[in-house]
Amino acid sequence: MKKDPSIATDTELLPSAVPAWRDPAKRAIVFQVAALLLVAAVSYYLYSNTQSNLERQSIATGFGFLDMEAGFEIGESVVEYSAADSYADALLVGALNTIKVSFIGVILTIILGTVVGVARLSSNWLISKLAAGYIEVMQNIPVLLQLFFWYAIFYESFPSPRQALNPFEGVFLCNRGLIFGVPESHAVHGTMAWAFVAALAIGWLLNRWGRRRQAETGQIFPAVRVTLALGIVLPLLAWVFAGSPTAMDIPELRGFNFTGGVTVSPEFSALLLGLVFYTAAFVAEIVRAGIQSVSRGQVEAAMAVGLRPGQVLHLVILPQALRVIIPPLTSQMLNLTKNSSLAIAIGYADFVAVTNTTINQTGQAIEGVALIMLIYLSFSLSTSLFMNWYNKKMALVER
Amino acid sequence: MSAPNTPPSREYLKPPVTEVGVLGWLRTNLFNTWYNSLLTVSVMLILLQVVPPFFSWAFIDSVWNTPSEACRDIDGACWSVIPQNISFILFGFFPDGEQWRPGSAMLLLLGLVFYSKNSKHWKKSLGVYWLIGLVVMGTLMYGGVFGMQVVETAQWSGLPLTFMLSFFGMVAAYPLGVVLALGRQSRMPAIKTLCVVYIEMIRGVPLISLLFMSSIMFPLFLPEGVTIDKVLRAQVAIILFTAAYIAEVVRGGLQAMPRGQFEAADSLGLNYNQTMRLIILPQALKIVIPPSLGILLSAFKDTSLVVIIALYDVLKTTKVTLSNPKWTAYSTEAYIFLAVLYFICCYAMSSYSRKLEKTLHTGR
Repeated sequence: MKKDPSIATDTELLPSAVPAWRDPAKRAIVFQVAALLLVAAVSYYLYSNTQSNLERQSIATGFGFLDMEAGFEIGESVVEYSAADSYADALLVGALNTIKVSFIGVILTIILGTVVGVARLSSNWLISKLAAGYIEVMQNIPVLLQLFFWYAIFYESFPSPRQALNPFEGVFLCNRGLIFGVPESHAVHGTMAWAFVAALAIGWLLNRWGRRRQAETGQIFPAVRVTLALGIVLPLLAWVFAGSPTAMDIPELRGFNFTGGVTVSPEFSALLLGLVFYTAAFVAEIVRAGIQSVSRGQVEAAMAVGLRPGQVLHLVILPQALRVIIPPLTSQMLNLTKNSSLAIAIGYADFVAVTNTTINQTGQAIEGVALIMLIYLSFSLSTSLFMNWYNKKMALVER
Repeated sequence: MSAPNTPPSREYLKPPVTEVGVLGWLRTNLFNTWYNSLLTVSVMLILLQVVPPFFSWAFIDSVWNTPSEACRDIDGACWSVIPQNISFILFGFFPDGEQWRPGSAMLLLLGLVFYSKNSKHWKKSLGVYWLIGLVVMGTLMYGGVFGMQVVETAQWSGLPLTFMLSFFGMVAAYPLGVVLALGRQSRMPAIKTLCVVYIEMIRGVPLISLLFMSSIMFPLFLPEGVTIDKVLRAQVAIILFTAAYIAEVVRGGLQAMPRGQFEAADSLGLNYNQTMRLIILPQALKIVIPPSLGILLSAFKDTSLVVIIALYDVLKTTKVTLSNPKWTAYSTEAYIFLAVLYFICCYAMSSYSRKLEKTLHTGR
């Protein structure tokens, strides 16, 4: 009689009876070894090609070039820099410029994005439609085109320094950028900064004390408002005690350009405007989705327990909306940082632009591209570390 | 006392005019609270300051198709920069007199896209049409048969290049992205690690660094004597970049699959390949169609970055046009034209993706 094939016999069920090529555990090992070997073989092939190419073109490998003299000027820099400094210094200037534009950009983007996102939800038809139009237009135009557009506006539509627009006393707008007067540097400015930091520290302590007191007695202490007041009053006091110095460093037209004051270059402004307007459209959508994710019942319940509108926002809506908003918001901030690499297209000296110049001068393409990747990877890794920390913290709050 | 059986005199009151019609709409939508009224009035005032001057700049004081000399003494926009240079902006260095070829290739592409929009046409035959269409488009662009002059890929520029980079960037990246997503979900540690490292690394760096890699590093990777065309290298960079993003989207679809689907497939005795091919991927990929269109959209916008490695996409051809001293002063007009062009394409894609999201949201 023929054996029924659908009934497994005892020997077939025993693991020892499974042939090696059908055993998932053994097959997995084979697959993985094969995949690793393939990757290793491809890497070796590329590596050996690269080695022979580099030898043929007699390009030295390694990061020794970093100590050599850079020999090129950089338009704007946060720290002191001249062409006589090394490539490492030039790259540091570039990295700082990237951080500068990203940092300011992130702050402005969050502000503008929140305003537009809230406007999108406004009961006012006009405001809501304007916000919707802004979001659609900005999201659907490549950011590089926006950068070119702003740069063209700055560079071609604004007059030369001699005919600079002068909208306010001490503020000039021309194709060299926005130039404005600042208070002349004075010893008290450092003290004022310290006073501000002290105000923040006191505020933090007050907030802790206020919470403990609220837990014990139920009385609320307005820590945020007191901190804000301290943040203004303490630096002001320091300024008054130093004899209230009012000397200003006003820009003056000398020859073909301005001297004195602070200059915001057209490259920086165009990059900042382009990045902020583009990213804010995405942030607005995130903020809108976050606010809409808090159900109407939550607000009604909060009002039913007798919270004031400000408290409803602060204690009920924001904590829940922020949990939805923060993760995509961080990834947008990261996008802004990555998009700041487009600076090279309009001539702002960010890290990529400086590295590109370095590559062109030294021929160290591999090291240069590796540096670019390394620095952006470190940005995104630190962001994802922050996200993990944040998610953990939020998970704790959630029980 | 009135008689109980007479009907009470009824008077039909019309709703007050301030609650319905135009007035009612204005009241509920623009002037419902004092601060909304204030906002409406101030926004209207700002719009009055901005819109009429812009309108007269763009439409009334403007010129539309004149030589550049005629633009010098007008206050309005000089749109002439576009029609006067349109063939270069759209088709770049494609030889003169042959520009009907990229033109008709693009019309063909547009026709195929419109045909594919209707989900009723999503059958096997659609794939065949696309294959035929792509072959015809390739022939039109490259030439060499039917007496058409050969045009090397180095001369492909303008809008066809933009479309080509983004379209093939998407099509070739999709299978790679699916494989990466499956690898990331795999239980084999070595494969999982490889995929995670690849995906996170690519997503962590800007596209521009990959484009740099393609333009300056890639030639070093190749054996002596072998060169690969610059356009193709950029295309490879865009594919590798897009694949990582597709992998994350597909992973979302895979994770949305309920456990029961895997268990049902297992209990039917299907192996891994069959489970994925017959049960999981068809459902998972359907869920991720709308977000994939989002990736196509950003790939389309991102192709403009090839400007930086000096490929002549539509943005670069515009910039070259503007570097001509005759037209330098009219960059605003040219950029607005490009912005409108990009906006139409992207808006069509994003609204289509939103529509699909609604129609595909079936069951569950």
